[in-house]
Amino acid sequence: MRPEDLLISTPQGLYSPAGDFHVDPTRPVPRAVITHGHSDHARAGHGAVLASRETLDIMAIRYGADFTRQRQPAAFGERVEVNGVGITLHPAGHILGSAQVAIDWKGMRIVASGDYKPGADPTCVPFEPMRCDVFISEATFGLPVFRHPDPAQETAKLLSSLELFPERAHLVGAYPLGKAQRVMALLRAAGHDRPIYLHGAMEKLTAYYAREGIALGEVRLTRDAKPAELAGNVIICPPGAMTDIWSRRFPDPVTAFASGWMRIRARARQNGVELPLIISDHADWDDLQHAILATGCQELWVTHGQEDALVHWALLAGMRARPLHLVGYGEEEAEAATATEGEAPGSGATGSGATGSGVEA
Amino acid sequence: MNRFAALLDRLVYEPRRNGKIRLIADYFRHVPDPERGWALAALTGALSFRNAKPGLIRQLIAERTDPVLFALSYDYVGDLSETAALMWSTPPHGRNEEPPTLSAVIDAFATLGRGELPALLAGLMDRLDETGRWALLKLITGSLRIGVSARLAKTAVAALSEGTPQEVTPDAVELVWPGLSPPYEALFAWVEGRGAKPETADPAPFRPVMLAHGIEDADFAALNPASYRAEWKWDGIRVQAVRGHDPAGHVVTRLYSRTGEDISGAFPDLADALAFDGVVDGELLVLREGRVQSFNVLQQRLNRKSVTPKLIAEFPAHIRAYDLLVEAGEDLRDQPFDTRRSRLEQLVSRHDGGRLDLSPMIAFSSWEKLAEARADPAAHGAGGDAEAVEGVMLKRADSAYLPGRPKGPWWKWKHDPHSIDAVLMYAQRGHGKRSSFYSDYTFGVWTSEGELVPVGKAYFGFTDAELAEIDRFVRRNTVNRFGPVREVVHTLSEGLVLEVAFEGLARSTRHRSGLAMRFPRIARLRWDKPPAEADRLETLERLLKAEAPSPPEARSANSASSPQPEP
Ligand SMILES: [Zn+2]
Repeated sequence: MRPEDLLISTPQGLYSPAGDFHVDPTRPVPRAVITHGHSDHARAGHGAVLASRETLDIMAIRYGADFTRQRQPAAFGERVEVNGVGITLHPAGHILGSAQVAIDWKGMRIVASGDYKPGADPTCVPFEPMRCDVFISEATFGLPVFRHPDPAQETAKLLSSLELFPERAHLVGAYPLGKAQRVMALLRAAGHDRPIYLHGAMEKLTAYYAREGIALGEVRLTRDAKPAELAGNVIICPPGAMTDIWSRRFPDPVTAFASGWMRIRARARQNGVELPLIISDHADWDDLQHAILATGCQELWVTHGQEDALVHWALLAGMRARPLHLVGYGEEEAEAATATEGEAPGSGATGSGATGSGVEA
Repeated sequence: MNRFAALLDRLVYEPRRNGKIRLIADYFRHVPDPERGWALAALTGALSFRNAKPGLIRQLIAERTDPVLFALSYDYVGDLSETAALMWSTPPHGRNEEPPTLSAVIDAFATLGRGELPALLAGLMDRLDETGRWALLKLITGSLRIGVSARLAKTAVAALSEGTPQEVTPDAVELVWPGLSPPYEALFAWVEGRGAKPETADPAPFRPVMLAHGIEDADFAALNPASYRAEWKWDGIRVQAVRGHDPAGHVVTRLYSRTGEDISGAFPDLADALAFDGVVDGELLVLREGRVQSFNVLQQRLNRKSVTPKLIAEFPAHIRAYDLLVEAGEDLRDQPFDTRRSRLEQLVSRHDGGRLDLSPMIAFSSWEKLAEARADPAAHGAGGDAEAVEGVMLKRADSAYLPGRPKGPWWKWKHDPHSIDAVLMYAQRGHGKRSSFYSDYTFGVWTSEGELVPVGKAYFGFTDAELAEIDRFVRRNTVNRFGPVREVVHTLSEGLVLEVAFEGLARSTRHRSGLAMRFPRIARLRWDKPPAEADRLETLERLLKAEAPSPPEARSANSASSPQPEP
């Protein structure tokens, strides 16, 4: 039996012919398994969705309760059968609710890992390596120039800037789901106990994290704040809003940006960032290697990102490896990197469907 | 040096002058001697590392990485030093060793033997973090661009005196600076109130320059013409020529730019010819057969890296003297301008080394008379040098020579600039406070084929209200986006016409139009004008011919390291 009998790549995303379901499809399909709530992986309009309870909640917040006809929550480690094919979710450590999907059939196991990171993150369950025959990995940061520093060190940069420029607000661009809340958690872990101010696009998702028991401290909305009270405080907003008209209300802010892309100076400068914070929710080059080797897989499929370099490494390491050339993924970080204007409200990639980055309702 | 590297990394992104000063001062406050002094030396350009070639970096990284992965990475990052710094894998034992201090790095480079560079560099790289490796490679390849001038670093030093009983100004630091050497422990002790003011031992130190404010029409009403002296403002490089002798009697001659950079090395012919004892403030100009040449000609000398006898003969440098600050050890800066001027006239008349003449005074009885002179310098004393006149300087007869740009004693009244109507083509977001505004504009004029070609870029001249208007126009009329740049609509009937003022034109191979403007700025927004009525390239071509009668091939204006004229 070949792995392709169990899972293939199609224009809609990964598809299991044996089980008749898609993983993270980019277009509406009858049955989808969703790894996590980022808009490039989780889209509205599928007939049935199997995902972690948190991912289903996040999709309902972003797209409305009717985002699918049938929700099927699965707990981590719980095996579900669909048309005789086994599906088991395991933690991916990417954002709250993020999962790897282990698919088994007739003794073969393929793990589609979605987006993942092995590093510590207080806002989600840690990544667990799964043994498998074929491992499917992303490669967003799949180049040896990407070695993410300790996020605590990056948080310290932000705090020392607050100390040095106490009269200026610090505007931190961060993806509204996951990154924003992780930055808050990192600030709290570093002892920052002042209120953290939020752009409206993050309000509902952040409230959801809090309801799920993730301590983020006192959070306020910028629209309720007077400009003077923002001096010396952290404001978190979607990346697009930093260069948007929205940001003009803050007098002379320090503009920071939390993203793995900030490792590359030209990328940071291109976006006019003054304080690049290298904080990523994706595996870096070393993480990718360790994670792949830990699966014991004989074959690696690479979905999106810097697939050439990762495939090259895997071949050198004695695996079979190939890129899948899936399109439509990686927008969550790519969006951050280009920091588009966010003038088109509610564009799926920019933020929550209800509140686009540009419009703070 | 990880701490210093972190400072450099922060400075790279900080657009604000005050922000940079705060960052540097904060570093000086938290880092002990002598480490911070070596950092100051690096920031002021007082250090010269043994240069490493990019080839060495390539070789070191090639020994440690897979060629395919290196090629993919370099292609992605686009900068060799940065790629090498990021890809470098630190060996496990490297983590146990203390990272080297900047002092240790400088020391190691200073005592380096032949052929030891590759091993030394690799050893240092092993012990540094990513930012440290990046800074090290940038320092030793001489390609660090952090937008920090020596003046700014000295201002940050002065800031350390805030809150001490004896506050020290940046000018005071400037005054003692020439006698100091790294790691500047006496300087730090002084600004922090722990030590005496360091004595300057330099026989030819720089004195902070006095600058003028631009005069507006409204200012004249409050000024009495009888209290002012007028002279031409020459279009060259403002310089300070200093001659003095050390205790052993050796004469030292230096030429400084107005920011205090020692530019003597670029003008050995001039430095050798000077024969006075003192400090003269003047304009550096190229004279041929007694005639001042245009700035374009001077620019050609500035663009050359090596000063050859041929270059010196072709572009002989002169000083046209404005002021006398010190003569034979006597500091004249507290004296009134009139007194300094008569001392200067005597000094120049006695001077027999050539290459030094006097900037003539302009006689005038009223502002109207002076306006006439300014409109026609040739008929009012400038004669054949009139083309090199950039405007008129007004100096109060009783004005002392003060550092900086005090408002009132000196004014500059520049030529009315040239102006053209151009069409906005591209807009780019600004930096710092302007990062949410499209504030950098590329504009173009029509060719005879009816095509719009870019002729320049401007990012100032407009009011805040006008900035908001243009920004709105850009956002509503975008036809294309390229990262932070937007292309806006620019057809014959649709688009925004900008009245662009500028000081001069030069040939340039960098622009498709073949022209480059000096100091372009947005003078007015011409909402009333359809783009079809904007200027044509021929207009600029004519202007260029009138400006520079015989421009030989002008090299691309890479003047980043050349002294700049006073804008
Ligand atoms: Zn994701």
